[in-house]
Amino acid sequence: MEILVASAIGVLTAAGVYLVLRLRAFPVILGLALLSYAANVFLFASGRLTSNMPPILDKSGAEVAYTDPLPQALVLTAIVISFGMTAVLVIVSLGAFLERESDEINLPREDDPEPGEDTGDDTGDDTSKAGGETSV
Amino acid sequence: MNHWIIAPVILPALLAPVIGFVMRHDIRLARTASVAGTLALIAIAIGLTLLAASGPDPHVYRLGDWPAPFGIVLVLDRLSALMVLLTVGLAFFVLIHAIATGWDARGRHFHALFQFQLMGLTGAFLTGDVFNLFVFFEILLIASYGMMIHGGGRERMQAGLQYVVINLAGSTLFLFALGTLYATTGTLNMADLAERVSAIDLEEAGLVRVAAMLLMIVFAVKAALFPVQFWLPATYANAPAPVAALFAIMTKVGAYAILRVHTLIFGPDVPATGGIAEDWLFPAAIVTIAVGAMGVLGARRLLPLISFSVIGSMGTLMLAIAAFSPEATTAALYYMIHSTFAAAALFLVADLVLSRRENERLNAQPPITGNGFFAALFFAAAIGMVGMPPLSGFLGKLLVLDALRAPDEMAWAWTAILAGSLVTIVGFARAGSTLFWKSTALVTQPRPEEGAGRDAADAAPTPPDQPRVIEVAPAMGAIALLALLAIFAGPVTGYVAQTSAQLFDRASYVDTVLHSDANLPENTKDLSGESNGYDEADADGDAMGDDETAIPDTGDQNTGEPAIEGGE
Repeated sequence: MEILVASAIGVLTAAGVYLVLRLRAFPVILGLALLSYAANVFLFASGRLTSNMPPILDKSGAEVAYTDPLPQALVLTAIVISFGMTAVLVIVSLGAFLERESDEINLPREDDPEPGEDTGDDTGDDTSKAGGETSV
Repeated sequence: MNHWIIAPVILPALLAPVIGFVMRHDIRLARTASVAGTLALIAIAIGLTLLAASGPDPHVYRLGDWPAPFGIVLVLDRLSALMVLLTVGLAFFVLIHAIATGWDARGRHFHALFQFQLMGLTGAFLTGDVFNLFVFFEILLIASYGMMIHGGGRERMQAGLQYVVINLAGSTLFLFALGTLYATTGTLNMADLAERVSAIDLEEAGLVRVAAMLLMIVFAVKAALFPVQFWLPATYANAPAPVAALFAIMTKVGAYAILRVHTLIFGPDVPATGGIAEDWLFPAAIVTIAVGAMGVLGARRLLPLISFSVIGSMGTLMLAIAAFSPEATTAALYYMIHSTFAAAALFLVADLVLSRRENERLNAQPPITGNGFFAALFFAAAIGMVGMPPLSGFLGKLLVLDALRAPDEMAWAWTAILAGSLVTIVGFARAGSTLFWKSTALVTQPRPEEGAGRDAADAAPTPPDQPRVIEVAPAMGAIALLALLAIFAGPVTGYVAQTSAQLFDRASYVDTVLHSDANLPENTKDLSGESNGYDEADADGDAMGDDETAIPDTGDQNTGEPAIEGGE
């Protein structure tokens, strides 16, 4: 089971990182979702992997095996948060898409005249040095 | 147990939904409630600061009165009290500015998001539990996403998308770090972590070191430290200027978290992780200063210029933090107070200036109304930011320089700070003279038609001719605070010196949280002897097996965190 869980986390993370590095918003959202799944499974595994064990102690006080309940609570919180964050991300990227009519993640470079934008006064730009902006 | 400790979290958490749901149709009502709430927060924060300064030990608030490693705790010490006070003080200036300039009416739910942001910030500063820190980070981030795209516009949405993506990736990394930390230590309480990490041998410390580095990367993203500083200029330059001014505290959250976690848990004298943070932070901070300075020199618009100067000041701050010594931390804390208000003052002044210009390019345009007055404001705020004498930036940088005298770091640190300051001064001088001085040489012509540049939608429809007092008061207030910080540098330095002394007194923190009598209610006293072994208890159940009272702690974690989460 350890191999299975570990490789699942690895595959999810690798796919997530690959997708996050794409240039379009939609793959990036999918990639972040995959990354958050990987994080959730990882958190779950951080309390050791046991199967068929209750997450509570025996009331009689007998020495019984149990699974650590705290990571389950952490995962629950993380799932709720990542769910909400993904919703926000989808809405923001939708808003950006509607504003720009393109779902590219990168900001347009300053020098590129945008289609439809009237770049009227570029007069002052010639005097200043280039390359201050980090267009990521 | 003093219940006021949780008030800075509860008050905005209760106020924000009321503003969002009940007062959404009446901007005046929302403004009144928001200002009243922020004023109340300031009063509470002053009270908490006095409380924290009253004794040598931190004050602990146990939620639900669960004993410490099991329940969530809030810890009020001098550092967290200082940061809460700094946050709400800054928030007040920003709020007044946003109201006076009408920024809050250009989109919906500004005040509700603002209060949620304050809730996340104060919670992050007060919490004593690293998973809780994650939750509060998410609260302040989700509020900041809304604030960042407040008012809309193409570039802002685009930059907002990048900001959300980078922070979501950071949150994922945070979760991985917490998972690693829990897997190796079996706890997420900061004081408990401090005890257990310092007990780990060097041979078995590999995973803990991984967790420490992951956490540092996460906090470095927030603190805009090289090489993860790239998100900051696009975000700050495209955010509404008052929001960018509030974000001046967001970078400090990262700095605070590094200071707290890498002093208390992974401190310099802990064998498992000793010096790992220092080795990486120091060169990163040097490069951050260089990036900031070059960005200031190369920026072609005013807001990116200020954003890069924020990066530079974060580099200076992290350079002082990277030394991890009480003297350097004293300097860092003083500089942190200064740079927060300096950055905020610059953004507020820039907002006033840019709303009167056609676009935000740094070129000569017909002079704005009140050109001389705004030139003076910009001059004062820039002096504060670059660290020239009359204001507190000079003293802050002097303290930092004075604290970094170790022979192997002095050459690098002094060169970086001094050269960085010089380049920043040149950048600001050029920007100021272009904006205000060269403009006066132009003959005032009838303006070309509106609509050039991206700010057409942002700019107020008809900028008022003369600046109103209420508009300029917050910016002047922030600058006045810089002056006061310089005048009362003695008492302030005294307070932050005690703060850093308390920060490095790890034993006192751990004892107050874990081993004080208040942490052992009658019915749970048996737990105290067993708390050390429960991490390996999952497989065989030997450590906690015979104690019923161990069950509620899991219930507390189950209900406690979703309850806070539910506040969103």
